[in-house]
Amino acid sequence: MRAKTFQGGVHLHYHKEATASKPIVDMPEPKQVILPVQQHIGAPAEVCVQVGDEVKIGDVVAKAKGFVSASVHASIAGKVTAVGPMPHPGGRNVMAVTIENDGSGATSFAAGKELDALSGDELKQLMQDIGLVGMGGAGFPTHVKYYPPEGKKIETVILNGAECEPYLTCDHRLMVEEPEKVILGLQAMMKAAGTDDGYIGIEVNKPDAIEILTKAAASDPRIKIVPLEVKYPQGEEKMLIHAITGKVVPAGGLPVDVGIVVNNIATAVTLAEAILEGKPLISRIVTVTGAVKNPQNLRVRLGTSVSELVDYCEGFTGTPGRIVLGGPMTGPAQYRLDLPVIKTTSGVLVQDRGQIKLLESSPCVRCARCVDVCPYNLMPCLIGCAIEAGDLAQAESLGIMDCRECGSCTFVCPASRPIVQTIKYAKAKIAAQKRKNS
Amino acid sequence: MLDTQVVVSPAPHIKDVITTEKAMKMVMLALLPATLFSVIAFGFKALGLIVCSMVFAVATEYTIQKALKKPVTVYDGSAALTGLLLALTVTPELPWWMIAVGAVVSIGLGKHIFGGLGYNMFNPALIGRAFLLASWPVAMTTWSWPSKALGWAGNQVDAVSGATALNLEKMGMLKTLNLEIPYANLLWGNISGSLGETSAVLLLIGGLYLIVTKVIDWRIPVSFLGTVFVLSLVFQKDPIFQVLAGGIFLGAFFMATDWVTSPVTKKGRIYFGIGCGVITMLIRIFGGYPEGVCYSILIMNAVTPLLDRLTVPKRFGEVKAHA
Ligand code: SF4
Ligand code: SF4
Repeated sequence: MRAKTFQGGVHLHYHKEATASKPIVDMPEPKQVILPVQQHIGAPAEVCVQVGDEVKIGDVVAKAKGFVSASVHASIAGKVTAVGPMPHPGGRNVMAVTIENDGSGATSFAAGKELDALSGDELKQLMQDIGLVGMGGAGFPTHVKYYPPEGKKIETVILNGAECEPYLTCDHRLMVEEPEKVILGLQAMMKAAGTDDGYIGIEVNKPDAIEILTKAAASDPRIKIVPLEVKYPQGEEKMLIHAITGKVVPAGGLPVDVGIVVNNIATAVTLAEAILEGKPLISRIVTVTGAVKNPQNLRVRLGTSVSELVDYCEGFTGTPGRIVLGGPMTGPAQYRLDLPVIKTTSGVLVQDRGQIKLLESSPCVRCARCVDVCPYNLMPCLIGCAIEAGDLAQAESLGIMDCRECGSCTFVCPASRPIVQTIKYAKAKIAAQKRKNS
Repeated sequence: MLDTQVVVSPAPHIKDVITTEKAMKMVMLALLPATLFSVIAFGFKALGLIVCSMVFAVATEYTIQKALKKPVTVYDGSAALTGLLLALTVTPELPWWMIAVGAVVSIGLGKHIFGGLGYNMFNPALIGRAFLLASWPVAMTTWSWPSKALGWAGNQVDAVSGATALNLEKMGMLKTLNLEIPYANLLWGNISGSLGETSAVLLLIGGLYLIVTKVIDWRIPVSFLGTVFVLSLVFQKDPIFQVLAGGIFLGAFFMATDWVTSPVTKKGRIYFGIGCGVITMLIRIFGGYPEGVCYSILIMNAVTPLLDRLTVPKRFGEVKAHA
């Protein structure tokens, strides 16, 4: 079958060799976890424990506040030692619950069930109860997607197995090692959505995952495995939908506008584990890679400090120059390591100091490379120049709000212009203006 | 804890290898075969012109940037490239001081008056050439033949040495003198003409290299050459001759494709190439000059902002234009 894809995009060096064939390793429980109340898009959860409380693994420590929010569960058993603002991968300090491990490993999971025993509504409730969010990086509360707005209907559920960010292999390993859970998670999502149409899109650089999942899905003809061309940003929601179904999500619209919901592989596996074992979202797979001595895919309790992950991988090789949480195209760079792994932390990428070239930005030479690669058919160069000239209205008419911040334009710019960076800044400014005016 | 300073820059944290500087060097590399050929064919006077043009171009940029207290960017190679391109558009017979003036004009008027690389509206090398042609029309059109030392003697057109094939064609002399059209000579470069426009094959090799490495887009050269070919048929001219003769290959692959002065949209680039082709042919057929490549590209440079505006691509998922 021919691999499907989208228009534009860039071919990157993937650098996945270091961890692609390494089985997931369970990292031992840490002595302490720090669980921020904001690990998702939406309202922060509300802390519902106090200093001194004893908690078991799976207890809710912060409750979802409102519909677009997600609860946070204790990822280790022990005593709550602090409730207060703590450093957060997002950059600012965020309210967090600190738990000291008592080593008991006591759990308070619900009883495991069969998928058949759960109704669609119960599954949606389950997503909400376990604090499930998009684990690919966006962190949007999953259950929200399964309550389509009035007049819209979900016809198709797509699992995103593209993993188009370089270096990351956490989803790849899950597909290879836990294919039944991937399929079960998708089946549960289809049931929650009330549809019989399911897809898993996988880039062809993961032939083992394609083969294993094709086998695992053989007994369920409703599920189709779709090989995708290796190209960034293949896993970007709207590009994935276009590649797989040919449908075009309207600019400014959501996938549900064309009857589609997209979820990440890790999200599906977490849902499957919640069904089978009653386990809420308390751990995730993190690819620790780059300039570390022993790059690995680790199963990590949420709230574990990033520095412990690095130590577990035997520390840095050489001098670290940049620490990125997530992939190199979109992940935020960090200046400290005492940050907790949260629900959206897909990777820890260490770049060696020698690897980092800080190129000075020069004027746009109108080479149009950015125009050629923008998957949304924008003209990043003109948007960038409009922002530089302070003309936000012009930037808006050039479609700046359609930009999905994939970073392809900045990647290819020979003048090293920080295009996506200025776009992000201008988008925030435009959004703030709109709020003020309304 | 982290006991060392790390870089905290916004994503993306990886970068493609092509930089402006590298691209300029690749264009110069692509021009190398044609440049070497011109030196072999026309001898040291060609080499002198090339070196002189490049040195003056770079020196002008350096001086202007120093004087304006701007960062000096001569290392990006773009001034050197402008100098090289200018030299390739002139006759080997041009006095060296004239090309020096042309180089100064290219960089000064063609580039820095607009604010430097990226802000110039017109192709700087062509501004220089247009200036020279307007100032010293005779010197700019005194042609000569490639060195006989190459053993290429015995050419029929030798009788009227000093005119380019396009001149002869324009004056209707190819027919009057009952000469054969020297296709092979046009292709390989044994023909009178400017330094760089003689060997179509070598220019084509360089152009293909740039297209394959994605430094330039195929759309401009293809639409340019295609238009010249089609219009030749329409006006009952010999299309192969029209495409091979004169500066079309140099113009289509190396001048019209200049990043700064050509459209950024794909559609815009096609219209740009067609426009270049149409104007070139109009000048060749109806104009006062035998050759129109230079002016056609300059005119289309001026139209570039308009083309960009008219060919804004439809955005992904764009819902009907805002009412
Ligand atoms: S403009 Fe936005 S969507 Fe387009 S390439 Fe740049 S970051 Fe990606
Ligand atoms: S890639 Fe950079 S230099 Fe090229 S057109 Fe875009 S912004 Fe300008």
